[in-house]
Amino acid sequence: MADVTAGSAGRRSWWAGIGQGRHVLGLLFLLPAAVFLVLFLTYPLGLGVWLGFTDTRIGREGVFVGLENYELLWIDSVFWLAVFNTLLYTVGASILKFALGLWLALLLNQHLPFKSFFRAVVLLPWVVPTVLSAIAFWWIFDAQFSIISWALIKLGLIDHNINFLGDTTNARLSVIAANVWRGIPFVAISLLAGLQTIPASLHEAATLDGATGWQRFRYITLPMLSPIIAVVMTFSVLFTFTDFQLIYVLTRGGPLNATHLMATLSFQRAIPGGQLGEGAAIAVAMIPFLLSAILFSYFGLQRRKWQQGGGD
Amino acid sequence: MATVEIRGVKKAYGTTAVIHGVDVSIRDGEFVVLVGPSGCGKSTLLRMIAGLENITGGAILINERVVNDVPPKERDIAMVFQNYALYPHMTVGANMGFSLKLRSAPKSEIDSRVQRAAGILGLSHLLDRYPRQLSGGQRQRVAMGRAIVRDPQVFLFDEPLSNLDAKLRVQMRTEIKELHQRLKTTTVYVTHDQIEAMTMADKIVVMHDGVVEQIGAPLDLYDRPANQFVAGFIGSPAMNFIKGAVGSDGHAFACDGGASLPLEGMVGARPGQRAVYGLRPEHIRIVEGGAPAQVVVVEPTGSEILAVARLGGEGGQEISCLFRERLSLAPGEIIHIAPQKGMSHLFDEASGARLVD
Repeated sequence: MADVTAGSAGRRSWWAGIGQGRHVLGLLFLLPAAVFLVLFLTYPLGLGVWLGFTDTRIGREGVFVGLENYELLWIDSVFWLAVFNTLLYTVGASILKFALGLWLALLLNQHLPFKSFFRAVVLLPWVVPTVLSAIAFWWIFDAQFSIISWALIKLGLIDHNINFLGDTTNARLSVIAANVWRGIPFVAISLLAGLQTIPASLHEAATLDGATGWQRFRYITLPMLSPIIAVVMTFSVLFTFTDFQLIYVLTRGGPLNATHLMATLSFQRAIPGGQLGEGAAIAVAMIPFLLSAILFSYFGLQRRKWQQGGGD
Repeated sequence: MATVEIRGVKKAYGTTAVIHGVDVSIRDGEFVVLVGPSGCGKSTLLRMIAGLENITGGAILINERVVNDVPPKERDIAMVFQNYALYPHMTVGANMGFSLKLRSAPKSEIDSRVQRAAGILGLSHLLDRYPRQLSGGQRQRVAMGRAIVRDPQVFLFDEPLSNLDAKLRVQMRTEIKELHQRLKTTTVYVTHDQIEAMTMADKIVVMHDGVVEQIGAPLDLYDRPANQFVAGFIGSPAMNFIKGAVGSDGHAFACDGGASLPLEGMVGARPGQRAVYGLRPEHIRIVEGGAPAQVVVVEPTGSEILAVARLGGEGGQEISCLFRERLSLAPGEIIHIAPQKGMSHLFDEASGARLVD
């Protein structure tokens, strides 16, 4: 290498110089991605954090007010209600999505007739745009025209329409149900992919070792699936925690703020309410929750010892 | 300790029959090898003994009890899989003790039995490792350990050595044989490698296209193959098959393309009948007045010389000859060859059945 450089030194242009320096060239190739990241991720995030420390309103430059926004949020009962709602929504929906998704994945992993057809059907809720499915749910949960109420009345199980979105408890359950419906395909299909990486011979070996169906699930399937469960559920929790569209279409946070999530509250205060600073502060307040979810998954559920490669 | 009896067993996937009625009887403590080319149904037969595949027809008996409808876990058999099927998330010790744990055996018993099996296989220092941290040979041993910890009625091996390199394969072959001599557990071993079959088996079952071609002791199969398939499958390098017809006096075989080879002790072959003359490369000698053959290729390996020659010279049928002596052969040279006495075979050209006694 050194000889070649010395030999061609006389003819070397500035362009060749750049080509020779691997670091310079490397940085050059990194540039487009870096610009993209800075412009669309770092800058908005930084701006959001900065706005949280100001009293900016729509149409008026704000001034730095320190932690004032956060102090106000600390004593704001609606904010704390939104925090509670978000946690309830995330925990409830994630547990249901995991349980139902795993169950569905196990079913789809069996030898079924029309297997690919069922797999395609399961993916449907995931492909439909959120807003469209939210509007469908809006009708399903409608106070007068709900198909669920209609069916239950026709079956003679109830005698009046259920007030799905008008009652605080019902509204919370309804939005969780809609989110679960939408989120199951992601969990089910990802876990199905995980299930298919478990060699059939492991199940056969366990069968010969005397394991029952439940024992095979408990000692083989679940531990082998745990790395994928960790990744899938981290994503699922992050998506659910930051959910916005579904709530905004179905309830707009009502009734009595019972379904207001941090994301919808942040939007409501910032855009319709015009208080950009306060909205930004609510959004920033989501970061610790999201970070702790990521850290939990990173440290608690990261690669197990048995997954690590050779190296005696 | 158990006998295994396979009676008229058939297997079909839908309308595709893969095993067409197989009968094998395995004595207590016997080491039986099922051997055949890929797709002959040997692994399917083994999986049917294990209970991992349904039996379409016939019956399998373990210790004189029909097990057709007995679930695998109640058959008391242990199986070593081709890919070992070790549980990757369990340590070596946990892998070996898993079956005992499922039976809720006390921890002290699990430990002592795992320790004993690990001692037999030289795995004692690896009990806390995970399968990923082991070499291929060690994994193979863990898979065997998992089988012997249970002290089952029957061991099943499904091509256990095919993922190992050649040298390790020879070593593990010896280890498995030693293990069998020590434990004396009835064993059914599946392989496509005829050398494994020859070296390990008490009894070999040669299968081809879902039927049993021949059952017998290794040397019986080598000395008296029942048909052309077995003759070609057993032995390495493979037997030469020379096309031709039985001579008019019945004591010579006229090869197509020239040359004539001696026939002895033939039964059921008419003079003039078309037939295939089988001759193993290692049973060919150079003798004065033998059939002429022109050397084409010479491959010395040190211990022996493999030569390919054309019987009857240019345009004749190619045969391989294996000589123990250091002959100086050159391509183009004419040698005179003859079969070693009593070591030639004759098969029917159409059916492939053995003709000489």
